[in-house]
Amino acid sequence: MAGLVAGVDVGGTFTDLVICDPSSGAVRLAKVPTTPDNQAGGVLAALGAAGADMAALDLIVHGTTTTTNALLERKLARTGLITTAGFRDVLELGRRTRPRAYGMTGTFTPVIPRDLRLEVAERMDARGRVLTPLDEAAVAAAARRLLAEGCESLVIHFLHSYANPAHERRAAEIARALWPNGHVTCGHMLLSESREYERGVTAAVNAAVQPILERYVARLADDLAGRGYRHDLLVMNGNGGMVAARAVGREAVKTVMSGPASGVMAAVCIGRRAGLENLVTYDMGGTSTDVAMIRGGRVPVSNEIEIEYAMPIHVPMVDVRTVGAGGGSIARVDAGGMLRVGPDSAGSRPGPICYGLGGGEPTISDANALLGRLSPGRFGQALDRVRLTFANGIGAPLGLTAERAAEAVLTLANIHMAGALRMVSISVGADPRDFTLFAFGGAGPLHATALARELAIPRVLVPARPGLTNALGCVVADLRHDFVRTLNRPLDQADMDEVRAIWAAQEAEGRRLIGDGRVGPAEIRAEFSADMQFVGQTHLLRVALPGGIPDRAALQQAFERAYFDRFRVDLATIRANLVNLNCSVIGRRPEIDLSRLIDPGGRRASLAAARTGTRPVWFDGWRETPVYRRDHLPADAAFRGPAVVEQMDTTIVIEPPDAVATDGEGNLLITIGGADG
Amino acid sequence: MAEGMRVDPVTLAVIQAGLQQACDEMDLSFSRAAFSPVIAEADDRSDGIYSAEDGSLIAQGSRGLPVFVGTMQFSTRHLIERIAAGLTGAPEAGDIYIVNDPYLGGTHLMDVRFAMPFYRDGRIFCWLSNTGHWPDTGGAVPGGFSASAISAEQEGLRLPPVKLFKRGAMDREIWQIICSNIRVSDQRIGDVKAQAAALLVGAGRLAAILDRYGDATVTAAIAAMREMAARQMAAHLALIPAGTYRATAIVDSDGVVNEPLTIALTVTRAGGRLMFDFSGSSPPCAGPMNSVRATTFSAVYLAMRHIFPDVPMSAGAFEPFDIKGYTGTFLDAHYPRPVSGCAAEVSQRIAEAVFAALVQAIPDRVTAAPAGTSGNFGLGGHDPERDRDYVMYQISGGGYGGNADHDGLSNGCSTIGISKAPPVEIMEQAYPVLYRRYGLHEGSAGAGEHRGGFGLDYEIELLRGHARASFVMDHGRVGPQGALGGGDGGVNRVEIVRRGGTFVPEHLSKAQDIPLAPGDRVRVRTPGGGGFGDPARRDPARVAEDVRLGRYSAAEAARLFPGWTAGGV
Repeated sequence: MAGLVAGVDVGGTFTDLVICDPSSGAVRLAKVPTTPDNQAGGVLAALGAAGADMAALDLIVHGTTTTTNALLERKLARTGLITTAGFRDVLELGRRTRPRAYGMTGTFTPVIPRDLRLEVAERMDARGRVLTPLDEAAVAAAARRLLAEGCESLVIHFLHSYANPAHERRAAEIARALWPNGHVTCGHMLLSESREYERGVTAAVNAAVQPILERYVARLADDLAGRGYRHDLLVMNGNGGMVAARAVGREAVKTVMSGPASGVMAAVCIGRRAGLENLVTYDMGGTSTDVAMIRGGRVPVSNEIEIEYAMPIHVPMVDVRTVGAGGGSIARVDAGGMLRVGPDSAGSRPGPICYGLGGGEPTISDANALLGRLSPGRFGQALDRVRLTFANGIGAPLGLTAERAAEAVLTLANIHMAGALRMVSISVGADPRDFTLFAFGGAGPLHATALARELAIPRVLVPARPGLTNALGCVVADLRHDFVRTLNRPLDQADMDEVRAIWAAQEAEGRRLIGDGRVGPAEIRAEFSADMQFVGQTHLLRVALPGGIPDRAALQQAFERAYFDRFRVDLATIRANLVNLNCSVIGRRPEIDLSRLIDPGGRRASLAAARTGTRPVWFDGWRETPVYRRDHLPADAAFRGPAVVEQMDTTIVIEPPDAVATDGEGNLLITIGGADG
Repeated sequence: MAEGMRVDPVTLAVIQAGLQQACDEMDLSFSRAAFSPVIAEADDRSDGIYSAEDGSLIAQGSRGLPVFVGTMQFSTRHLIERIAAGLTGAPEAGDIYIVNDPYLGGTHLMDVRFAMPFYRDGRIFCWLSNTGHWPDTGGAVPGGFSASAISAEQEGLRLPPVKLFKRGAMDREIWQIICSNIRVSDQRIGDVKAQAAALLVGAGRLAAILDRYGDATVTAAIAAMREMAARQMAAHLALIPAGTYRATAIVDSDGVVNEPLTIALTVTRAGGRLMFDFSGSSPPCAGPMNSVRATTFSAVYLAMRHIFPDVPMSAGAFEPFDIKGYTGTFLDAHYPRPVSGCAAEVSQRIAEAVFAALVQAIPDRVTAAPAGTSGNFGLGGHDPERDRDYVMYQISGGGYGGNADHDGLSNGCSTIGISKAPPVEIMEQAYPVLYRRYGLHEGSAGAGEHRGGFGLDYEIELLRGHARASFVMDHGRVGPQGALGGGDGGVNRVEIVRRGGTFVPEHLSKAQDIPLAPGDRVRVRTPGGGGFGDPARRDPARVAEDVRLGRYSAAEAARLFPGWTAGGV
């Protein structure tokens, strides 16, 4: 397949598009406003803005937040539940929690309301033995009643169905015969593991977003066909893989976290091409910051993501963590006189003061504006209000000037972000010196060098198009299938022939699924891992097995090494437990030339020619700082901070004495200059 | 400020964030490496940094169990005093002390503390300490929650502060003494290593902070942080109209003598200070529902932190409080009074008294009473199918109180905890039991303009072998109290169905060693939260919605919400 590939990603504010021509390396880009009511509007507008010849496109890969928004706003399809007698409230009771450790308040709305949760007689025990046979007539009656109540989707969720799915399968058969559409989800289908709340919520979310996603992609596919597109539409999944539009609805829940997954896929690809396989991704936007840790070029995957309070989605997804602060985080001096940043945010409305949309509280973005790190030309009069607010609201109570107050806000914000990053990355046993900070999103590159310094990460990579990274992730995404099989046996008692057979079967199934698709991969490989623990523990440690399917001794050794790396504790006297066998089969798409993401024709012959001027920027005092235009930088530019690099979708701040080099793919590589700054 | 040194406000904020992160990393490391599910899954542990002089709190992990807010400053202070008095061996670098004595600034025996001196230039700069709830510390019943103990010895092994690690190496003799006195000791070595490793994680982060900013600057920053936290708490207290607010909370019984225990609390706001006076509370009791002073103080601290969650956890946050009147009451028990109920139950009822007093003063910041019990149901027996003994614990949530903005949450976690309840499927995998039901406790939410949340209603059947059931719960006599005209939440109910007959334990919410045979069942309905505001003011459409969803019957709704009728208004 050598035709044009388009990646289009819908974000909260903008819809981004990247079109690559693998044969020539030519690219087209577009960024248009997102159309929240029907995201297809923005998708078509982006294709129009890029002047795409629809008939010439060979592949469109689409990242959408349709299901994410439907869930968070509870604008869900009317969904009914048929469940084991005695357990209809599981989805409402949760696991006995509260949203925050302190504060005895909170609200929770279950995905399926109580009157649409019906019970039928049936029961398995924990080993999957039938204790009460399925009341088939009751299943049919319940399905009819839910249809009469106007349900469009149905969930069948029985206790211990992971151990024996026979009742769920039979109930689904009965219900499907009555149900007018295909929207019937069984609890055991998506992930066959114990924990009735998590499995039930995952199934309920799947059912409740399924019709919405199917309608959306069907209409979009029609719209695209109407404009001359002749091939499959593929949709991004939260595991970093992509699925044909006609099949995506079956496991719709997997698209819920697809946006952040695309960014990580792009980071893996760009990093690999730059020879950097250990990355901490850092995507800072207006309201939140997402991070992920990539080791050895492997996409990090977790089965236990919680998308909001009490809303766990337990299917394999790229392990991206939201760590709070964004550009809109509000700074204040508390009643005790201590400077605070966050957790309150001005969001995008009213937003920071500097954008002049009515915001009145000082934010991280305002501090960047006041200190010249963002181009003052963008803000005009609003900057005066920013200065006054920092002088009076932050500076006066602390005895600081407006500039020093803004600097303090940035320092503290970076400390908080560094702490949050450390908790999800370095504190799990990684050495920061082995990593590169991959900075993207609108605000990531503003803070990246300061953050890397704080974390002792020696390098920062700012990709060519930081604001289009998710769309690029769609273009480079893999074909991917993940498998999990629970064994839960002490390693020394495990039948290693059985273990090897399970892994081999997972790999074979993955290869078969990828082989069925029209999109031909350049290479198919299988990544194996095991979830293990010491006997008696409840937490699992994921042990990567880069050497392929191991024997017993190698597995024991890999676990002990991983455990020691993570906890610095040696427990050789306690037996190991082999809980889950995992396999991801990954079809890597043909390599796409990324060297023209920044048009080589725009590059200037010298660094001086790329300079657009200078402006005062605050680095522990005002310094007249050179400003460069990103797409004018020569391919082999090298310079030191202080410097500012501006481009359409972001601003990069290089602090003294950090050193910058560009590479042939348009990446900026920043070497953090000093040790602890 | 320490010795007149002034730290610039930016460095101060940065050091505060750094110390907080060091504690958070200790919490995370401890939980992830621990074996005991109580620590690993339920996060029943806490980590912090304490002053070298008097043990006062410098910083504490934000992921620690709320009941431990401020407690380790009491145990650390006792340790420092005992070292000075020569009762406990003098510290050296690499030492880690172990202690679980409730009367030396503790909670109950199962909460085992480690304390490690942190040295700079040959002097102790501060102490690092953590607490983990061990699954067993010996005593009459597995797990330590005896509902009918009448002395500390029946509750388990009591350790004064002794060095479990000497200059970095574990003292194997002390370890063997401990192992010989606790159940399932073979896996405890994993918890001990996790608990010690967490302190080392903290020491590493702390050393990096000191290296970067300098010891003198950090010392001055710690003093300033304390002052600022005190100022911030005082500023919050100014929101409370000056005056006196009274409340009581009733504990069902002590488990031995079937009489209610009263927590009587008078809260007075005067100037920038808040006084909590427990005079008039019941005297020490025979059974294990006594509290020790450190736990009583922590219960007040954690209640105030629920009300003002943004004040950083440092000793300064507690400075504007005067706590008194507890002497001679069951809230300040001494050896050998049994205390196993203090951390999980009495502490929540103290918090309830604080809420009930202050909701009168600042109704927009405080909720009506939450369920206020951990709902401990223990089952011990022999599983013939696997030929092994087991001890099962079911903890459960209840309804939260209504508040100025919303109805209370249903099936919320205990006031003093943050731990999730185990899934039914996991319980049935591990133990010979079958859950017949796990649902909303219908009708249990206290009525109000904003009603309480609903409790939980579950029923467990014993499948095989013989077993004994024990309960340490509360709110069986009276439900969680409503506020500002709201009704009380539904009471906790325990029923045992044996050979066709149904009976209720004499102490309602507490019982020990009730024998069960296969087919016998235990049904527990946990309390609903108190209602907030006049029920007659509730939007009739929302009453109708609850009736439509079967949360209240129409008859209940008509009784609880005056003026509401099933046919519409």
